[in-house]
Amino acid sequence: MMHIKILGMGCRNCRTLEAYARQAAAELGIEAEFEEVKDMDKIMSYDVMMTPALVVNEKVKVAGRVPSKEEVKKLLAEEA
Amino acid sequence: MRILEGGIAELGEYLSAHVLTCLVPAFFIAGAIAALLSSGAVLKYFGPQANKYLAYGVASVSGAILAVCSCTVLPLFAGIYKKGAGLGPAIAFLYSGPAINVLAIVLTARAIGLKMGLARTLGAIFFSLIIGLIMAALFAGEEEKRDRTTNPAMFGGTEDTRPGSQLAIFFGLLIAILLFGTAKIPFWDKVAVLISLVTAVALAVSRWFKEGEFQAWMQETWKYVRMIFPVLLVGVFIAGALKVILPPEWISRFVGGNSLSANLLASLFGALMYFSTLTEVPIVKALTDLSMGQGPALALLLAGPALSLPNMLAIRNIMGTKKTAVYVSLVVVMATLAGMLFGAVA
Repeated sequence: MMHIKILGMGCRNCRTLEAYARQAAAELGIEAEFEEVKDMDKIMSYDVMMTPALVVNEKVKVAGRVPSKEEVKKLLAEEA
Repeated sequence: MRILEGGIAELGEYLSAHVLTCLVPAFFIAGAIAALLSSGAVLKYFGPQANKYLAYGVASVSGAILAVCSCTVLPLFAGIYKKGAGLGPAIAFLYSGPAINVLAIVLTARAIGLKMGLARTLGAIFFSLIIGLIMAALFAGEEEKRDRTTNPAMFGGTEDTRPGSQLAIFFGLLIAILLFGTAKIPFWDKVAVLISLVTAVALAVSRWFKEGEFQAWMQETWKYVRMIFPVLLVGVFIAGALKVILPPEWISRFVGGNSLSANLLASLFGALMYFSTLTEVPIVKALTDLSMGQGPALALLLAGPALSLPNMLAIRNIMGTKKTAVYVSLVVVMATLAGMLFGAVA
């Protein structure tokens, strides 16, 4: 079971990243649990400076930008 | 009915060649900043071991580069404060993020006036520095004692391999397009100059841009347009409607002239009220059309974008009530003073 976390305060970029992550997981056939992390201290505990950020199984895969859906798929596949 | 007309009339003013010839290039510049200027290159100035003077200097102007999404400002602020260069530079960055914004400055200069645009820019840079320094001084004792597990690694980031001269030339060309587009020169001369400038940009892109960078630039530009332009139009419409609804006597009674109370009121209003990116400009313009003084107008522009009630609450979560209260007070006081100064000399 893959644990996917979206770090961010909830603005549109975070929404987009989450949508991509969900689609990517579905397309890759990965069973995943999604969590939104909005708490500042928790966000920083991942040593992330810029949101939105994508954390997969506790590893920060990307931070500070919204990658393309293809890139999200690649990042998820790496951790599968 | 007149309200509708008022809104539409205001929209007409903004959707004119006058405003669009500078907004359009400005969006491209903002997009280029987002796409080309690597945040890594700037972030390293805010690390815990960074030179303090540089940290302040860079913080006071870099808001535009680092803060793409307004919700990015807060985590960055928290990071610099808790794990990086500390309270002072973090505050300078926190203020400058929303305040130093290419689009806002260009629109202010165009829609309200060059003097106001200049005053706003200089004021913003100055404020970031001063407020950051004051807060660092006020809370110096606490900073020492606070357990800061700083993390230099967070401020590494990816270095930009492109030579600075290329960036300077490229942005110089974009800015030239902006300035020439709005200059008072004969029409066909302007067309000739613009065509040559755009060709130069195209050359720069084909020679200097790496794979995918042009697309990234276009995408970032479009993202900004999509995010900001519709809301701006709504703001303009509302401002136009307000001009019809609000009696000028009211406005001049509270924020007319250049008194301390006028500036203070404008400042407080700006601090509490939330302004979506760029909407502060049509609103301030409408108020000045309704006889708000120049001083209070500047005060509003300096306190408005940087603060709002929801924003204050979020900041409070990061640095606590006392520091937040000091920060807000400093912004309001300085905006008031800057307004009074500007109102006196403008």
